[in-house]
Amino acid sequence: MSGEIVDQYTILSIEDLSRVCAVDREYIVALVEEGVLNVVAVEAAGWRFSGTAIRRARTALRLQRDLEINLPGVALALELLEEIAALRRALEVSRP
Amino acid sequence: MEFKDYYKVMGVARDATEAQIKQAYRRLARKYHPDVSKEKDAEARFKELGEAYEVLKTPEKRAAYDQLGTGPRPGEEFRPPPDWGSGFEFSGPGRGAGDGHGDYSDFFESLFGAARGGARGRREFSQDHHAKVMLDLEATLQGGARTFSLRIPDLDAEGRLVTKERVLNVQVPKGILPGQTIRLAGQGAGAEGSAGDLYIEVEFQPHALYRVDGRNLYLDLPVAPWEAALGASVKTPTPGGAVDLKIPAASHAGTTLRLKGRGIPAATPGDLYVVLQIALPAASDEKAKSAYRALADALPFDPRANLGV
Repeated sequence: MSGEIVDQYTILSIEDLSRVCAVDREYIVALVEEGVLNVVAVEAAGWRFSGTAIRRARTALRLQRDLEINLPGVALALELLEEIAALRRALEVSRP
Repeated sequence: MEFKDYYKVMGVARDATEAQIKQAYRRLARKYHPDVSKEKDAEARFKELGEAYEVLKTPEKRAAYDQLGTGPRPGEEFRPPPDWGSGFEFSGPGRGAGDGHGDYSDFFESLFGAARGGARGRREFSQDHHAKVMLDLEATLQGGARTFSLRIPDLDAEGRLVTKERVLNVQVPKGILPGQTIRLAGQGAGAEGSAGDLYIEVEFQPHALYRVDGRNLYLDLPVAPWEAALGASVKTPTPGGAVDLKIPAASHAGTTLRLKGRGIPAATPGDLYVVLQIALPAASDEKAKSAYRALADALPFDPRANLGV
């Protein structure tokens, strides 16, 4: 069977995102207000997200649920995790 | 079945207070959370930890568990005692740990039953399924079919959460990058026609030759000192097959050559960066030694000229 790549060019509505991540719409709104998720476009039908939002929202949900941290804490953790990932990639590339 | 020493898992004494148990959980959860941890067995450790905490934080479960003592002697099988659970009231096993909802050990389930769907803040049960796989780099370079064995949470006939193994043969889309997701429409839970989707997040296994940065690839290419100094044309591996690469004269260690478009495919494909490394021939016999001596005599070369010594 074959699938399609979900990436930054994939466009999702807030309904798509909340269904895929199995969370309430309100949770997505809270993630946007905290700056964890970016709204890539605002259309008449509502907010539009890119495919990368799925991974971010799911990671945020796991961190919040498993480590019992609040949303600002989740936002900070996500930023730091992304920074570490970028540093690791840079280290990996310069490894001779 | 294997007996689980939940006190050992959490690193607390058998008489630890609730506060100590909570503290131990918080500390270990941060250490082994699969989204945070780089430990090799983080996921397994985190699941084990969630299970241990689920038991030790709930007074009824902890009291019942304590009655089992410290488990059977080494090598002996554990079996729940016949009068197990009498006199205790469990309010269900509660929520699962991590992504492994319902993914408790046999030991846990024999004592406390299987998990039920519907943890706090989440919907009852999602029709869309998520999984994560490790891909070889060749899969994104060439595309092609790969077989994945996925562990997916599902509901059984009685509405209990169970983990099912599912083997799928998937056509990997060419050009997919680490962290991206493959969506397989209609492969989630539910009846045919109204089923949810299956989302497979991919990561790459380390490759023997190439390192990955976005769509670009990096390759370390060893060259002989004379090839770097005089220039040469050398055989170089690339994802599309070997090529003859021109090494410019006066190259040095770290000189980077770009092969445009030979990285990970896309409308604008990534590039392949070839990083030169100078490999020295061993002075293992008299012939090699005399060649080095001749070079030393011929060249007034001080590699430490800039160190002020």
